[in-house]
Amino acid sequence: MAELGSLVSKVRSKNAGPFWLTVDVFCDDAATYERVRAGLQDAAVARLFGVDLQLLKRFDIPSLNVVKFSVPRPVVQGTRADRDMHGAGWACLLEEMEIA
Amino acid sequence: MTRVLVPTGALGLGYDRKALDLGVANRPDIIAVDGGSTDSGPSYLGRGVSKYSRASTKAEWRELMVARAAAGVPLVIGTAGTCGADSAVDWLFDITREIAQETGQRVKVATLKSGQAAASVKSALAAGRIRPLSAAPEISDAVIDACSNIVALAGAEQIAAALATGADIVIAGRTTDTAIIAALPLVRGDNPGGAWHGAKVGECGALATTHPNSGVIQIDFDAKGFTVEPMAPEAAATPYTVSAHMLYENSDPFILYEPGGHLDVTGSDYRALDGRRVRVEGSVWVPGRYTVKLEGARIAGYQTVGLAVIRDRRYVRHAAEWAADVKARVTEKIITRMGLAAEDFTVELRLIGMDATLGGLENRRDLPVEVGVLGILTCPTPEAAAEAGKMLNPYLLHHPLTEDEPMPTFAFPFSPAEMQRGALYEFCLNHVMELDDPMAAFTLETHEVGHG
Repeated sequence: MAELGSLVSKVRSKNAGPFWLTVDVFCDDAATYERVRAGLQDAAVARLFGVDLQLLKRFDIPSLNVVKFSVPRPVVQGTRADRDMHGAGWACLLEEMEIA
Repeated sequence: MTRVLVPTGALGLGYDRKALDLGVANRPDIIAVDGGSTDSGPSYLGRGVSKYSRASTKAEWRELMVARAAAGVPLVIGTAGTCGADSAVDWLFDITREIAQETGQRVKVATLKSGQAAASVKSALAAGRIRPLSAAPEISDAVIDACSNIVALAGAEQIAAALATGADIVIAGRTTDTAIIAALPLVRGDNPGGAWHGAKVGECGALATTHPNSGVIQIDFDAKGFTVEPMAPEAAATPYTVSAHMLYENSDPFILYEPGGHLDVTGSDYRALDGRRVRVEGSVWVPGRYTVKLEGARIAGYQTVGLAVIRDRRYVRHAAEWAADVKARVTEKIITRMGLAAEDFTVELRLIGMDATLGGLENRRDLPVEVGVLGILTCPTPEAAAEAGKMLNPYLLHHPLTEDEPMPTFAFPFSPAEMQRGALYEFCLNHVMELDDPMAAFTLETHEVGHG
């Protein structure tokens, strides 16, 4: 097991409009990408983000060595309960996730 | 072939001045720059104001106006003043007029306004011409009436109409990020898939290169695709930086919806022409029904925030239960002394250093050196929010963990410790509106400004 952030070159999270969040995991090479792709389980990621598994969109992009997740924001950007206007903190959650 | 020069990802963000000169020397057909997005939250649209300072905006806009005059080509800005509301277009138009006077330019300015009257949005809703996008909130006539600003995102057609007036400068309200770049290549018959894809690559300036802060990027569009080249000599576009840009702020990295269709880059081919230029072909534009996206913001209450910092080790250890107790006591006091109903206001204490960013999703429990306590009071009126803030104040300063201990004092960074935040806005539209005529929801005007 290893923290995802220790394996990959960058994890970035950002709003995709006020109603969606998107998180990109950038790997340096194909071997890391393959490990990360296999190690990131959709159910675990949905749980980590507190969203319904059915709403999790995932894109495995071997040409970029990138795994991308998009989810509807649990709290719409800028509403009373929103803590993170630009969705910055979600990358940290994924970076600190342990994967096989 | 159409050459588009993009000076920066957003006016007010800055760019490499020398790179701009290099771009102008390359004889672009148009200079296009984005002025905003929803990224900074609903307050800007709600109030119809810019996020960036007037002085910064004016300084950069002046340089672009001078560059435009030197190049002798149109300068177009989309989503003027961060939010693209009509008042933000007027704001930038005023700045433009000042600069024209100060620099002795005489220019024709086209303003394209995207603001929507509530009445027309309600009649479109009644006619079944408004559809929700994924994760859209429920809407009704009441929600539409409550919006302080509603804008429609203009596409390439409306920008093309503005350019067709022969304007030297186009100040557009809310547009899609890409429309200002794609419009001229589309008018001139360049490949439509390439036009939209190249526009997406260029919309954040040099973000799709190795040196994002250099800002300036040049895109050449033609019958088959497009070529990207950053203007700062040290910056490079690579097949990786260019193709990876489709990931950015995009929930689907292969599809991009625009008014009148969508872009599909699934089959795009990215090829390095040399160490710093990338050629892209194979992007496909799929025409569809003509719709424009709507954005709206309304007031959802008024806020006062208070900030205290807890350094005492025992209080840091018990910060969560301390905050829960403060919240309960302040809530009770607001109900009994101010007469507000429990459902009309909220008291929230976010513990900075513990879980202020992630809330319930936080899974680390490390003990910090100190904890910032951010008290947030949201009330129906500004007066009630101010009053509630004063009720929170003594608790943030002195509230003890237990009844039988000496009164503690926490660090206040300011006097007073509470701050009026004014209105809390929220986005309340994530919908598209069908249009038979792309110009039907937009207002185009031309003005002659300056002298000389």
